[in-house]
Amino acid sequence: MIRLEAISRTFVVGTEPVHALRGLSEHVRPGEYVAIMGPSGSGKSTLLHIIGCLDRPTAGVYRLDGETVSELDETALTAIRREKIGFVFQSYHLVGRLDAAGNVELPMVFAGVPRGERRSRAAAALEGVGMAGRTRHRPHQLSGGERQRVAIARATVMRPAILLADEPTGNLDSAAGQQVMAVLRRMNAEGLTLVVVTHDPDVAREAERVVVLKDGRVGRRLTGSELPASGSGK
Amino acid sequence: MRLLDVLGFATTALLRHRLRTVLTLLGVAIGVMAVVALTALGEGARRYVVDQFASLGTNLLIVLPGKTETTGGLPGFGGAPNDLTLEDAEALRRGVPGVRRLAPVALGNETVSAGERRRQVPVLGTTAELAAMRRLQVRFGRFLPAGDLGRGAPVAVLGAKLAGELFPHESALGRVVRIGGWRMRVIGVMEARGTQLGMNMDEVAYVPVASCMRMFNRTSLFRIVLQVGAAAELDAAKRRAVAILTERHGEEDVTCITQDAVLNTLSGILGALTLALAGIAAISLAVAGVGIMNVMLVSVAERQHEVGLLKALGARRRQILVVFLAEAVLIALAGAGAGLAGGWGLVAAAQPLVGALHLAPPPWASAAAASVAAVVGVVFGVLPAVRATRLDPVAALHGR
Ligand SMILES: Nc1ncnc2c1ncn2[C@@H]1O[C@H](COP(=O)(O)OP(=O)(O)OP(=O)(O)O)[C@@H](O)[C@H]1O
Ligand SMILES: [Mg+2]
Repeated sequence: MIRLEAISRTFVVGTEPVHALRGLSEHVRPGEYVAIMGPSGSGKSTLLHIIGCLDRPTAGVYRLDGETVSELDETALTAIRREKIGFVFQSYHLVGRLDAAGNVELPMVFAGVPRGERRSRAAAALEGVGMAGRTRHRPHQLSGGERQRVAIARATVMRPAILLADEPTGNLDSAAGQQVMAVLRRMNAEGLTLVVVTHDPDVAREAERVVVLKDGRVGRRLTGSELPASGSGK
Repeated sequence: MRLLDVLGFATTALLRHRLRTVLTLLGVAIGVMAVVALTALGEGARRYVVDQFASLGTNLLIVLPGKTETTGGLPGFGGAPNDLTLEDAEALRRGVPGVRRLAPVALGNETVSAGERRRQVPVLGTTAELAAMRRLQVRFGRFLPAGDLGRGAPVAVLGAKLAGELFPHESALGRVVRIGGWRMRVIGVMEARGTQLGMNMDEVAYVPVASCMRMFNRTSLFRIVLQVGAAAELDAAKRRAVAILTERHGEEDVTCITQDAVLNTLSGILGALTLALAGIAAISLAVAGVGIMNVMLVSVAERQHEVGLLKALGARRRQILVVFLAEAVLIALAGAGAGLAGGWGLVAAAQPLVGALHLAPPPWASAAAASVAAVVGVVFGVLPAVRATRLDPVAALHGR
């Protein structure tokens, strides 16, 4: 489903090129749960942005469901983001002036889903992340874990095939983090393809596969159970 | 994306910064208010003048000696025109179709005295019908006698102020005044009237037209005033009058103006003035537009994360454009609404202060001001909105 071949991404800072990704190749099958690890600056977020069509590779070929994404124009990329991909960010990115239901409705508003259907789908999505009782709460009235679960409901309400999460538990304590990961695990069990960037071995251990990046390339490939136990909470 | 959703989304964003939104829309409101108030003033002035003119009499045709149109200069420039005579007046009365009233007018300046009191005033020679045409009211006695074209009886009618000054302690009726070397018996005193076409009618002494011409040794009338039954007859009457006088004089040497033409010209000038006032007021709307642009640029900068998020959620460029544009237009429209309410309120509040002037905000000005405000919202909202659509999603999400 996701097929990356020799992907490079070079930023130019001033006159200096910064190589975030250097010829990375990777393949993610439908329904897989892949964790991406690696030291800071190794290119994890950059990779996720490219997979999510928010950014384009400088070189290499990216195929999604057989379509060569790296050749598509902005309009087509927008359509892919809308229909195939859900995003979850470390800092939630909820819209502060909208309540939980309003945030979850947002992608449907821009996709032109009628109001009535929006309401019921948002309610169902919030129920799915255990937030049924908080639909009228604004983000500042929610805890971090609750916010992230609202963000997950929003990312999945359009029923994407792929959910991309960049350090979803990065701002959460271990209890809240585990709640969030339980939600993601269940969605993966229901068929959602999951790619999660994380620093937390406990989170990565749940994944089928772990891809460890180093200097913009794949350093090691492991299975979740091969990861050393951390013991620590976070 | 539905219109209602666009408006809803934009509204939540505006309500988030109430003070800022209100201050920005205040700029628009002041501009719209200025347009409404100033055009109300201009239109009020125009109507005032039109009403004043209507009180001079309607459907009037005025013939004066000399041809202004062809020479383009002073009447009679380049050769004295033929006299406009009482016989001409009679010919017009017989020949012009639809004439209801007609009065010849002669004019001079003379000292009018009663005993020791004397006043230098305009002396207006005419006939009975002028009073009806010009809507001049008699207070005491009567106006000039009818059927006295050639004879020139030694009688006079005094304007209200003149009568009061010459005869402060008694009635002027029946008394004798001297006008130049002529003794005239006062047969009437006019109602106070004020200024008409630059002449204070309350200071005028009216005498029979023949008396006036003899008194000032005039061979030509000052003008001939005709009244027809309906405005529609004016054109035909005018053409006929010019034709008759051209035939009598052997050349076209008179000017024939209709009251309506004068009125239309003045009304047009004042209308243009109103339009100019509206235009000047509308400039403040452009200034308000700059305010909208400023606030929207700030808003886009502040909401970079939101723009990035919308892009990550798959919002199309055009949708992002529309959402931000809608905010600008909503500010403009809310400002226009407030401005219209404020403008009409202001006009209603100011009406008692200006008395005679009837302040009337013209509907076209309100409609135009509101439309201009909406256009200003779009024009000045485009740049910030386009800027939002151009943001790189990754950079926007991370606030870079
Ligand atoms: N927009 C950019 N302009 C310039 N350099 C960038 C940009 N984005 C990323 N980089 C650089 O690319 C490299 C990879 O960045 P990336 O954010 O992918 O790292 P990461 O693995 O997500 O790190 P972290 O764990 O700290 O989030 C870094 O050296 C970073 O400085
Ligand atoms: Mg990162």
